[in-house]
Amino acid sequence: MAEFLQFAFSGLTVGAVYALVALGFTLIYNASDVINFAQGEFVMLGGMATVFLSLAGVPVPLAALIAVAATTVVGLALYKLAIDPARGASAVTLIIITIGASIFLRGVASIVFDKRFHSLPHWFGDRPLTVAGASVLPQSLVVLAGALVIVVLLWAFFERTLFGKAVLATAANRVAAKLSGIDTGFVVGFSFAVSAAIGAVAGVLVTPITLTSFDVGTLLALKGFAAAMLGGMGHPVGAVVGGLVVGLLEAFGAGYISSQYKDAMAFIVILAVLFAMPNGLFGRTRIERV
Amino acid sequence: MTSHSPDIAAPPAAGLLARLASGKLAVLLVLALLVAVPPLFFPSGFYYRVGAIVWILAIATIGLNLLMGFAGQVSLGHAGFLGIGAYAVALLPSRYGIHGIAAMVIGAALSAFIAWVAGRPILRLRGHYLAVATLGFGILIAMVLTNEQWLTGGPDGMRVPRLVLFDWPVRGSDTWYWIGGGAMLIAAWLALNLVDSPTGRALRAIHDSEVAARVIGVDVARYKLAAFVISAVYASVAGSLLAFFDGHITPDAAGFLRSVELVTMVVIGGMGSVVGSVIGTLVIVVLPQTLTFLSDYKHIMVGAFIMLFMIFLRAGIVPSLAALVRRRG
Repeated sequence: MAEFLQFAFSGLTVGAVYALVALGFTLIYNASDVINFAQGEFVMLGGMATVFLSLAGVPVPLAALIAVAATTVVGLALYKLAIDPARGASAVTLIIITIGASIFLRGVASIVFDKRFHSLPHWFGDRPLTVAGASVLPQSLVVLAGALVIVVLLWAFFERTLFGKAVLATAANRVAAKLSGIDTGFVVGFSFAVSAAIGAVAGVLVTPITLTSFDVGTLLALKGFAAAMLGGMGHPVGAVVGGLVVGLLEAFGAGYISSQYKDAMAFIVILAVLFAMPNGLFGRTRIERV
Repeated sequence: MTSHSPDIAAPPAAGLLARLASGKLAVLLVLALLVAVPPLFFPSGFYYRVGAIVWILAIATIGLNLLMGFAGQVSLGHAGFLGIGAYAVALLPSRYGIHGIAAMVIGAALSAFIAWVAGRPILRLRGHYLAVATLGFGILIAMVLTNEQWLTGGPDGMRVPRLVLFDWPVRGSDTWYWIGGGAMLIAAWLALNLVDSPTGRALRAIHDSEVAARVIGVDVARYKLAAFVISAVYASVAGSLLAFFDGHITPDAAGFLRSVELVTMVVIGGMGSVVGSVIGTLVIVVLPQTLTFLSDYKHIMVGAFIMLFMIFLRAGIVPSLAALVRRRG
């Protein structure tokens, strides 16, 4: 039982990060139909910028704030400079642009920062707590709490604000949204900014546990994308559930079956789920118009 | 590639050029010149090396383009087949004494079989779901190659025995340049014939609209599967040749980044264009080589170039330029 709990905690911690990355994918996808493979780079930038600002003498909380703000600007720039000019291009062309952006950002990070692994101090010390025989890092709870806060804030934004409704309207039908006076270009730019900010926050939260380096983004984007698809692309609740499921699958797979095939567990299950439910866990069948 | 400046190409010539470029024979002629002419200007053996890699990888790109550009199905796991082809020619000759060419054929057959079995459930998925399923599939193959150390030598990879043809050990970058170029031309010729056949027309119909294709009687599932299997064989053969040429392989050959690279080559060159596949491969392989003088800044430039190409030539290099020529002509 202690072992089970142990795996569950570590799975949920990693899963929360995947969930945040998947949320970033979902927000941008809903607003613009773009699959943004540079999503993992936002997580990297959040972590790396905080590390280097704090090395330069900035207190960690302030460094984290600046890092998140800077990453948000990067997200906006990605939209303004690379996605918006290619408006109307095919989906796969836009995907290649984001892949180019991810290579570009990784290259920039390897020069502005460096190519080594870095960590941040744990927020509440690194002495593990013991819960029913399993040990939990306080930072894991910080990651989970942070993810929860972001999800609640997003929910409140979509459900309780007028602009949130405008974003939802844009996701549902861009042309109709535009016709009813919504500045859809602004909505898409906003989605890129928010996705970048969410990614950066995830990076800040998890760096004390998993470390960070200029090239952590690729794998995170991969897992986040898989999680978003598992939940059903474009479905925020699906993204969160998908992320947690992928994290748990990895932890239990590594613990009980084979640590070498840890990364495979998630994909085997995703393949199985998609074969049974071709539109993901929460997705709906789309009808093609001829 | 030639030294003509654009202003020499007067409108009538441009029109003629556009008409010629649409013919099958013309396409092969352009590709043959692309292979045959540059070596006249190669200052060192290194250029043969890069050239050989371009032609060999172009085979995989042409195959993937049949799937993406004609059948309209994305695969983010095609490097998996590249890996199968590569490990077939590494393992079979050294362990079981099978001849290199036979090993290549066995690898291609294995790839075809795996694509046939895995393709049926995978190709039922659409759009991004198909992308993630092929992604997972490719990762599983790469992971098996990385983890089954007893068989594959693990992450460090393994040596590939030299290919021996009629008691003649094939060696040297220049030899491989011509073998790769020849194989690429054959691959392009086969692809062009396929595109021109009823199968090719069925694939294009699926690309335009699956529902419409089904309504006019195209067996959508069968043709999609056929395109997947054919593209897997192309990738497998390219993997085998690349392994022979390199003499050493690692699981990276089958990795996610290689898959992404292949997709990028197809899209940058132009979906649905055989010449585009070759040009796309050329750009993605040669670009980092020409930027080595930038050392640390290389990746920044590669990323920037990919973005610029896609923003300004969004249909891909070859179709965009062809459209430009037609408009002028």
